[in-house]
Amino acid sequence: MTKYQESIMKAIFFVAASTSILAVILICLFLFVNGIPAMAKIGVFDFLLGRTWKPNNIPPSYGVYPMILGSIYVTAGAVLIGVPIGLLTAIFMAWYCPDKLYRILKPAINLLAGIPSVVYGFFGLVVIVPFIRDTFGGTGSSMLTASILLGIMILPTITTVSESAIRAVPQSYYEGGLALGASHERSIFFVLLPAAKSGIMAAVVLGIGRAIGETMAVIMVAGNQARMPAGILKGVRTLTANIVIEMGYAADLHREALIATAVVLFVFILLINLALSLLKRRAG
Amino acid sequence: MESINKRSIKQKIDAYKRSPLSLILFLLVMLATMLTIGILLFIIGYIMVKGIPHLKLSLFAWEYNSVNVSLMPALINTVLMTLIALLISAPVGIFSAIYLVEYAKKGNRFVGMIRLTAETLSGIPSIVYGLFGLLFFVTALGWGMSLLAGAFTLSIMILPLIMRTAEEALKAVPDAYREGSFALGAGKLRTVFKIVLPSATPGILAGIILGVGRIVGETAALIYTAGTVAEIPQGKDLLFDSTRTLSVHMYVLSSEGLYVNQAAATAVVLLGIVVIINGLSEFAAKKLSKV
Repeated sequence: MTKYQESIMKAIFFVAASTSILAVILICLFLFVNGIPAMAKIGVFDFLLGRTWKPNNIPPSYGVYPMILGSIYVTAGAVLIGVPIGLLTAIFMAWYCPDKLYRILKPAINLLAGIPSVVYGFFGLVVIVPFIRDTFGGTGSSMLTASILLGIMILPTITTVSESAIRAVPQSYYEGGLALGASHERSIFFVLLPAAKSGIMAAVVLGIGRAIGETMAVIMVAGNQARMPAGILKGVRTLTANIVIEMGYAADLHREALIATAVVLFVFILLINLALSLLKRRAG
Repeated sequence: MESINKRSIKQKIDAYKRSPLSLILFLLVMLATMLTIGILLFIIGYIMVKGIPHLKLSLFAWEYNSVNVSLMPALINTVLMTLIALLISAPVGIFSAIYLVEYAKKGNRFVGMIRLTAETLSGIPSIVYGLFGLLFFVTALGWGMSLLAGAFTLSIMILPLIMRTAEEALKAVPDAYREGSFALGAGKLRTVFKIVLPSATPGILAGIILGVGRIVGETAALIYTAGTVAEIPQGKDLLFDSTRTLSVHMYVLSSEGLYVNQAAATAVVLLGIVVIINGLSEFAAKKLSKV
């Protein structure tokens, strides 16, 4: 191949590599250009801290605070449920699991990660919602339901990432623990786990990112009332749900307010990404 | 060695007697694992039991109407959507990876930017992609809610995944291959296409298959970019027809509340696709580790 061809292909590779930079710039541009003016029109504090979201009122009020809280509460619930189970499962996979079982368990966890969110949402709708309704009363579509479902959905993320963090710790740590007279469990929990701390934190942060960005499954089980969260058995609306539910018919300022909602979500995600890259750097 | 490191059951029980905390921790680990496996089995089992009885032949009829909510148009749309999205993102993703691994110098600031933006892209929730697709492809470019707008949105979404897996696959190719090729007088480009890419193919394929999985499962990014029309795109403007994929189809069915049984059947089909995709990806990855 000629030199000419070489340099053309090199340029093509370079352009391809620039695509992801271009994509991020375009996404930021379109979200911010469409969302920030609406925030300015509504008033940044009225938008972020306003407690009522009533776009159909006259005059309409666009306070996204209930949805911010909704997202945070639901995500916190998911972390409370998903992290302990996921982390303990990761410990099992790394230090207890016989090889034969591992060959089944690992693909099973991958399968759990691959199930589409609508299927999770459907499962939540027909299994968890009735269960919560029959056990605790209320409608069943609630913050608790959404937290449980999201907790299940982030399980594979937490398990996979923390498993590799735990495996990255040198075996000699474990052996050192044993040599000092610690039992199998004590070596793992009090020597290995602290050493894998930043990797495990990265897993948790990744799980938070997935939970806060999840849309369809949450819409199907959370009730979606646009008001301040009133309790774990009451309905709640997240930022993501707000966008999907109203985008279909919104116009003018209402539409822009929804895009501004996405801006808020986007900023959350950027912060999470930042935390993640800091943690990764520390984990080496 | 083996026999020294093995502990008999009696020794284990004695150890737990000495340290109740260890026993508690052990039980917690077992409980959590059983919970994880139990949840997975329950979800899959439940959907199978609910869905398989409703998986009738009429669900695969060519036409969709309100009497028979056939999933066939959605299934075909899913295939079309996947093909178009891959046609865009697979070359771009693989070429980016080639640039990163074969051409870029270490410590290049541009490379740092690419890594950072790719990481950012992989963290962005699908609804934000959907909104961006609506603002950019659907409105600004004037494509309307269409197959093409949906496919472009998805291709950006899976780009970081394909890039990362392709990069890892290329890195796994031993440098000796490249050196051997250079020594035989091949140029850089020939080395990349004839030597490096063929040996990295299984890894790259594994990544692309995972990307297919994400496309098939995606809903939030498609509702406002490809729309929800349950028809197979036809005619000369088929790229600009609004379509629904299988996941969107299932969402619409279950949110209407009238077709829960059909939604369950659709879930079975989706699950089946996911199982096949995961299997294929694992198979490809295994082939890679043998090289």
